[in-house]
Amino acid sequence: MSTRIVHIASNTFREAVRDRVLYNLIAFALLMSGAAVLVGQISIGIERLVVVNLGLTAVSLFGVVIAIFIGIGLVSKEIEKRTLYTVLSRPVRRWEFIAGKFFGLAGTLVVNTAFMAVGVFAALLYVSRAFHRADAWILVALYFIVLQFLMITAIALLFSSFSSPLLSAVFAFSLFVVGSFAEDLRGFAALARGVSHWLATGAVYLVPNFASLNVISSVAHEQPIAKQFVVSSSLYALLYTGMVLCGAVLIFERRNLK
Amino acid sequence: MKPSAPTTLIAGILLVVCLGTSGFARYHLDQTRSRTSPDEVLYVESPRVIKRLSLGYDGLLADIYWTRAVQYFGTKHVLGSRQYPLLGPLLVITTVLDPHLTVAYEFGGNFLAPQPPYGAGMPQQAVQLAEYGIRNNPDDWKIYYDLGFIYYMELKDYSKAADAFARGANVPNAHPFLRVMAAQMAQHAGELQMARMMWVTAYQSTQDRDIRANAASHLLALQVDEDVTNLEKLASLYRERTGHWPSNFSELEATGLLRALPVDPLGHLYRLAPEGRVEVQEPDKFPFIKKGTPPGYTPPIPKFLPSD
Amino acid sequence: MSAIEILGLEKTYSAGLWRKRQRCALRPLHLNVEAGEVFGFLGPNGAGKTTTLKLLMGLVFPSGGSARILGREIHDPRMKAQIGFLPEQPYFYDYLTANELLEYYAQLSGVATQERRRRVIEVLGRVGLEDAARLPLRKFSKGMLQRVGIAQAILHDPKVLFFDEPMSGLDPIGRRQVRDIIVELKALGKTVFFSTHILSDAESLCDRVAIIDMGELRGVGAVADLTATVEGKVEIIWHGSSLPASLQALTSESHLSGDLVRAVIREANQDAAIDALRHLGVRILSITPVRTSLE
Repeated sequence: MSTRIVHIASNTFREAVRDRVLYNLIAFALLMSGAAVLVGQISIGIERLVVVNLGLTAVSLFGVVIAIFIGIGLVSKEIEKRTLYTVLSRPVRRWEFIAGKFFGLAGTLVVNTAFMAVGVFAALLYVSRAFHRADAWILVALYFIVLQFLMITAIALLFSSFSSPLLSAVFAFSLFVVGSFAEDLRGFAALARGVSHWLATGAVYLVPNFASLNVISSVAHEQPIAKQFVVSSSLYALLYTGMVLCGAVLIFERRNLK
Repeated sequence: MKPSAPTTLIAGILLVVCLGTSGFARYHLDQTRSRTSPDEVLYVESPRVIKRLSLGYDGLLADIYWTRAVQYFGTKHVLGSRQYPLLGPLLVITTVLDPHLTVAYEFGGNFLAPQPPYGAGMPQQAVQLAEYGIRNNPDDWKIYYDLGFIYYMELKDYSKAADAFARGANVPNAHPFLRVMAAQMAQHAGELQMARMMWVTAYQSTQDRDIRANAASHLLALQVDEDVTNLEKLASLYRERTGHWPSNFSELEATGLLRALPVDPLGHLYRLAPEGRVEVQEPDKFPFIKKGTPPGYTPPIPKFLPSD
Repeated sequence: MSAIEILGLEKTYSAGLWRKRQRCALRPLHLNVEAGEVFGFLGPNGAGKTTTLKLLMGLVFPSGGSARILGREIHDPRMKAQIGFLPEQPYFYDYLTANELLEYYAQLSGVATQERRRRVIEVLGRVGLEDAARLPLRKFSKGMLQRVGIAQAILHDPKVLFFDEPMSGLDPIGRRQVRDIIVELKALGKTVFFSTHILSDAESLCDRVAIIDMGELRGVGAVADLTATVEGKVEIIWHGSSLPASLQALTSESHLSGDLVRAVIREANQDAAIDALRHLGVRILSITPVRTSLE
């Protein structure tokens, strides 16, 4: 069982790579190089701050876009192209297929992020001339970004399992935006009364809370991140991702592949 | 089927022509734009809304607004503006997005508070900004310093200034001058030495080019003021002794009141004007000086910032 | 135990916004296919052939009934390891080469690691794609894709094979090759279940056929039996210029060309027609039975 998931995952990874997704790294490299060189002219004294802010924001946004763009096609493309028929006629369970697709895309994003991390540190080295202890927190910020990727990948995969690519993109992106507003939603829930209050509170818990996983600004200011926070955030992200994947499996298990 | 040759030729030529003419059009547009002042419009004014729209990437957005604030001030400064209505809002947005962007509070203290054309002339706003900064960064001595600076320089409220410096001095790793300034404020407020200490601290505690250039100019001006005061005192002394005003510095040298011909910080000789007044040769080079300017002198548009 | 047992499988689709409109794709189907048979599933387009195959592959869920393949349920992975499926007009991951695709399928089918390379090479040889092994699939022609499809179906040496329109889109040489493969598979004792709307293919290859139209089974049995229930006809050609009046009632169709007359006559009327022609002193050139096709 587990080997089949691994095989599907590595095939998904291979597909993404051959789809030239890794070329986004070129754009990223250009961005970081330009920023590293220009930041000194624009804002002296806060070069490190800007490089970290820009670098991590770019890693996050590039990755979310890739996760959504590839994620929405993970299942729907296979159904549309009918490549799925010859896969499911083999001893592959439907849930294994979903799991394999998820790990394939997640793996692609982790590899992509690793390359980008090198770029960020290179730019940082260029503007700061040396590494500081506090730079290690950047790795933690990258870890949090990867947690966000897991969540958004699962969401895109969920929509892909029953919806067309266009609709999936709209839903997934909307959830990303709403998830970034999660803290405001909480504020609204606190102010609302009656039904609105319960609906808003429900939404706060159901919606993927990307806002709380965004530690870019803290890391840019060299503030440490509490270990406890790292552990509980990881748990939240993994459980949320698991929930969404279960949803995807439930839907896909019942789907008639016309 | 090969692509048709005439179409290729026409499309190619058209492309080059359009490229060229659009370049000219762009150039023309930019020329007309730069003659007028930069956009006085902030499309989104509310900091809270901007923070919401930032989708959590407020750190980067803060850096972007910070850059805009610096550009805005620099561009208008060069044009000799007497009004900088957007500087306050831009700094507020920047600090709402990133309350820990210390340099924004420094900028506020140095350029939001002073009177035009040196600044936006909004000391109260600058005070509010600094207080906000202190609330969010209670352990950053620089912001207390900025607050005290504003009270001292622009509002001339020496007791509040002393207060701010005292609060700042209690912060760990605070600049030693803070305690000194707090202590001396009561007696020596308004004196040259205090002002000098403040500008030195301002210069040392920042890496922002504009703030440093500003501080350096002020220090030069203080030096000139001091020199002029001393030289005028010597001229009075001469008059007391001889009964008439000196006509040049050599006379003062001859009587032993001066050891050498006096030179301003930029290396030019001071001039002795009628009735014992001392002037600098090129007052335009010293923005901020209060003494040593010829009568009826109006300072030109200040152009000492690197952003200019 | 039959290789394939279809027990009342049926499928109704609900279409429309409120799912009110019902479309019956397959009425309850009862069918058995024995091991080692080559079984043809015949019918025009839209008859329900592909629906039946999808139901058997577990790609679509039945509205009623069930099926067993090799004695196991449709979703049983142990059964799936022993079947192969070629969908209609198949399409594969076009970013992979033929080698990579078949390796991947071999992995998913649970072929042992040491065996994979050997099987892939062997199977590519069987379908005549050895030279294209390293080519990316996006460069494959339709005929080549069909052959890859067969390759992936037989890759793991399954006992039962399901082909949906295996000859579609192939040129005569390609069709020849596919037919040869099916014959080979039968010789190896495999069960082959394939659907087609081309009657001549079914006639020449199948032991038995089932005929389906508009979702309903119309007939099952050996080809010879099915054609036998339909009346035979005879074609008579003679020198002449027109169809004599006495024959007109007996003739179902006639054709004149030059000085020859060709008439198709029901077998039952054969003797009467020949007598009539002899009476007219006509020189008969030929009398040939017309083979009835399943049409």
